[in-house]
Amino acid sequence: MNKSPFRYDRGMTLIVKTVTRFTLGFILIYGIYIAMTGHESPGGGFAGGVIVALSFVHIMLAFGKEVALKRLRSNLIRLIISLGALVFLFIVIASFAGRCVPINLFFARDISCHIFNNAVIIPICEMIIVGAGLFAIFVALVLLSKSDKEFE
Amino acid sequence: MIEMYILLIFMITAAIIAVAAKDLLSSVVAIGAVGIGLAMAFLVLKAPDLAIMQLVVEILSLIILVRATTRKDLPFNISGRWVFNTLATILFAVVFLVSAYASLKFMPDLGSPLMRVSKVYLSEGLVRTGAMNIVAAINLNYRALDTLGEATMLFAAIIGVLAVARKIGRKG
Repeated sequence: MNKSPFRYDRGMTLIVKTVTRFTLGFILIYGIYIAMTGHESPGGGFAGGVIVALSFVHIMLAFGKEVALKRLRSNLIRLIISLGALVFLFIVIASFAGRCVPINLFFARDISCHIFNNAVIIPICEMIIVGAGLFAIFVALVLLSKSDKEFE
Repeated sequence: MIEMYILLIFMITAAIIAVAAKDLLSSVVAIGAVGIGLAMAFLVLKAPDLAIMQLVVEILSLIILVRATTRKDLPFNISGRWVFNTLATILFAVVFLVSAYASLKFMPDLGSPLMRVSKVYLSEGLVRTGAMNIVAAINLNYRALDTLGEATMLFAAIIGVLAVARKIGRKG
């Protein structure tokens, strides 16, 4: 056990770990709620994304850097982040060029489809990108500043 | 308006404490107090969207500052070249004050903003976008390309961190 490179950063005490296990899902759901109801009440995709990033920071502070970095390296999360970015880019560029290019796939003429795009799809994409981006900045600033050997 | 002045005095005091404190951790905590005061000031000025944003970003940046700064010996050197440093500081302070005074003369008063563009947003925003929250309406409809640029910047940050922290193909 003592040969582990993470021995000085293995998280906090058992109390903090147990409370984190209970509250983590609620923080995540609250971030998604803030992002989804941004059209009717204060909030929005950016604030929801920051709350999602805070839940990942919460994991890292409680359980140590090993668990958090494993989450960042998983392929599913990379796929979700890239899909969010591509869908967001497609919606914005398509609505920008919708008059000259016939890609009115999402963009029906009635306003309900437009509202669905703007109230559901774009906040979710923005939440994913902002959450992952701020957590990546946190990882880069806090964890990756040490020497390289500790991450192998 | 009195609570606004109380908040401003609180924030200025916290900022002075942050500059003057010897300990790095206490100055970081004082910076956090400045941010919380700014969030409450946004609430007093009736901007709950900005208040939520400021609060969560402040928490995240406070955690980053505590974890990233307090464990390291940051080189803080104040000896040597003090003439040049003092002259540069005074020069930049004078330039900033003069330009800020010249530009603040043209700003409208607090509470009576210029409404040339935003008049249309306020009157037609609900009908044309269907969003009750006018901030979300402007962010996601009239200013959607701005939001795309912000997301692009964060996505570039993700790609950079994943490229640095990758495991496959790394030597040694």
